[in-house]
Amino acid sequence: MAERESGTAGIVDGAAVLPDRILGLLDNLLERFPRRFGDMPVAVVLTLPALLVLGFFSFWPMINSFVLSLYGGKRGAGAFVGLGNYLEAMHSGEFWKSLTVTVYYVLGTIPPMLLFSFLIALALHRIGRARSFFRTLYFLPYVTSVVAAAMVWRTLFNPHGGVFNLLLAWGGGAPQQWLLEPRGVLHLITGGVVDPSVGPSLALCCIMLFDIWHGCGFMVVVFLAGLSSIPREIEESARIDGAGGLRTTWHITLPLLSPTVFFLAVVGVVRAFQAFNSFYALTQGGGNTQDTRNLILFIYSQFYDYGYWGYATAASTLLTLAIVALTALQWRFVGRRVHYS
Amino acid sequence: MKRALLYGALAAVGLLMVWPFLWMLSTAFKDYASASTPSLSIWPGMLHWQNFPDTFHAAPFGRYFFNSFLVAGTVSLSVVLTSLMAGYAFARLRFPGRGLLFAAVLGSMMVPFEAIFVPNFVLISRLGWYDSYAALIVPWCANAFSIFLMRQAFLSLPADFYDAARIDGCGHLRFLFRIGAPLVRPMVITVALLAFLGSYNALLWPLVVTADGSMRVVQVGLTAFNTDAGVRINLLMCASTIVILPTVILYFAAQRYFVESALGAGIKA
Repeated sequence: MAERESGTAGIVDGAAVLPDRILGLLDNLLERFPRRFGDMPVAVVLTLPALLVLGFFSFWPMINSFVLSLYGGKRGAGAFVGLGNYLEAMHSGEFWKSLTVTVYYVLGTIPPMLLFSFLIALALHRIGRARSFFRTLYFLPYVTSVVAAAMVWRTLFNPHGGVFNLLLAWGGGAPQQWLLEPRGVLHLITGGVVDPSVGPSLALCCIMLFDIWHGCGFMVVVFLAGLSSIPREIEESARIDGAGGLRTTWHITLPLLSPTVFFLAVVGVVRAFQAFNSFYALTQGGGNTQDTRNLILFIYSQFYDYGYWGYATAASTLLTLAIVALTALQWRFVGRRVHYS
Repeated sequence: MKRALLYGALAAVGLLMVWPFLWMLSTAFKDYASASTPSLSIWPGMLHWQNFPDTFHAAPFGRYFFNSFLVAGTVSLSVVLTSLMAGYAFARLRFPGRGLLFAAVLGSMMVPFEAIFVPNFVLISRLGWYDSYAALIVPWCANAFSIFLMRQAFLSLPADFYDAARIDGCGHLRFLFRIGAPLVRPMVITVALLAFLGSYNALLWPLVVTADGSMRVVQVGLTAFNTDAGVRINLLMCASTIVILPTVILYFAAQRYFVESALGAGIKA
């Protein structure tokens, strides 16, 4: 495949090498089919590998997931229970708790990330030189393994000898348990006025902070691409008309960028619904306590720790429905209107 | 003045972004005693290179890396092949059911893997593939998004190319691999990178289909290392460093494609 990119003729004429011979032979073989089949024989050969993999590992599991969800018991050995697993999930405190954790997580990561990344992208867009240097820095966490980065943050969050408690101590604060703190962050901030079970736990907030750090580089890059697609003249003419920097941003830049914002919001929410790695790696096996067990971890533990395949797939189906609805929204409202290149 | 402020703020944020990595790197070189003392400093003092062989002794990271590279490499190569072929077919060939099939392929993007890992596990164990390379590799050998990207790349090629080659007596397969693939090389690299990174950084699936033994990949090994190695912070940071290193090297070597793949990945959820 790594051939010269120069014109077509040289390659076709000059390449009398073995792979080329084989490809030629196959081509001849495919042309033996009667003309009325058209491109069909080639199309079958070309699409079959991909369709087989997708068929077995995407489409079939979708159907099988629903089938599995109708059976009770462990490891698929239970009796047919109809929608029993769905009803059980609906009445399970643990299921709702994991959904709450997921919602807290979505609300606690996506809006701050959008705002933060937008501001960074605006600043980057303003400066000329060193833009790509900074972009490289901001994007770095995003390409690194969540697990490895999480190991670093776990160490930083460590109540004994971690850097976060060191910083707190310098600021005169009391040491915190960070990732091991199941009590609500509101409870801690208000000094005990709010009940510990209200709002996200401090541990969950630590996970959010980590994912904001890890993921915002992606949004910065997309925002930057969006910003550079806005013609300079529009902003300049607004300035000439006497609009200040802030007003230009608010009234001109932001509306022009709205498809990007909306798009990133939907993509971000869908991704946040699927978060697993950071939860698992930061909390060692994910959610020994319910305050850091999101939907995916709930499904994972029902499947992996307890072997409730039916129950786990029922929860998966509910999750899929939510995500499909969100994705449909994305295609409906943004679809192909957003161009980046 | 205003400019200086802007640069200052950007530099501060940039430092925040990379500081954890620098801290990781310096802790990886510290001895146990100084690694256990909390410090913001990213200067390790004495360089304890011994940490690296110690890490490889504490857990079979050599094996983990072999597995990860083998799996990610094979997946990446396969994804390039399957998406080149299918993308070309969906872009250039006319055959009945093309629209419907392509719509189905796109539709499969909507269902996240996290929602179907249980039935996938069931299928894998029925095939007798539990705890094998096949389980780690085969389900990832094609994906809808790469097909979509490749189709876009082929659609943007002028049709003249094919006509010219056709006159030279070139069939579809020969055209695709000898002429088409080199012409869409940027997309091939992007797709390969996305597949490699996705596979190398994956955690949930390897966790589900491999046991504790020889089939572990680095990400699973690293989560287990945290408990296996107790609280030896310097070794944990050392392990994190070597796990991150390949992707960081790739990143600096092929930055342009990373940014492009991010913009591309944005289309997908």
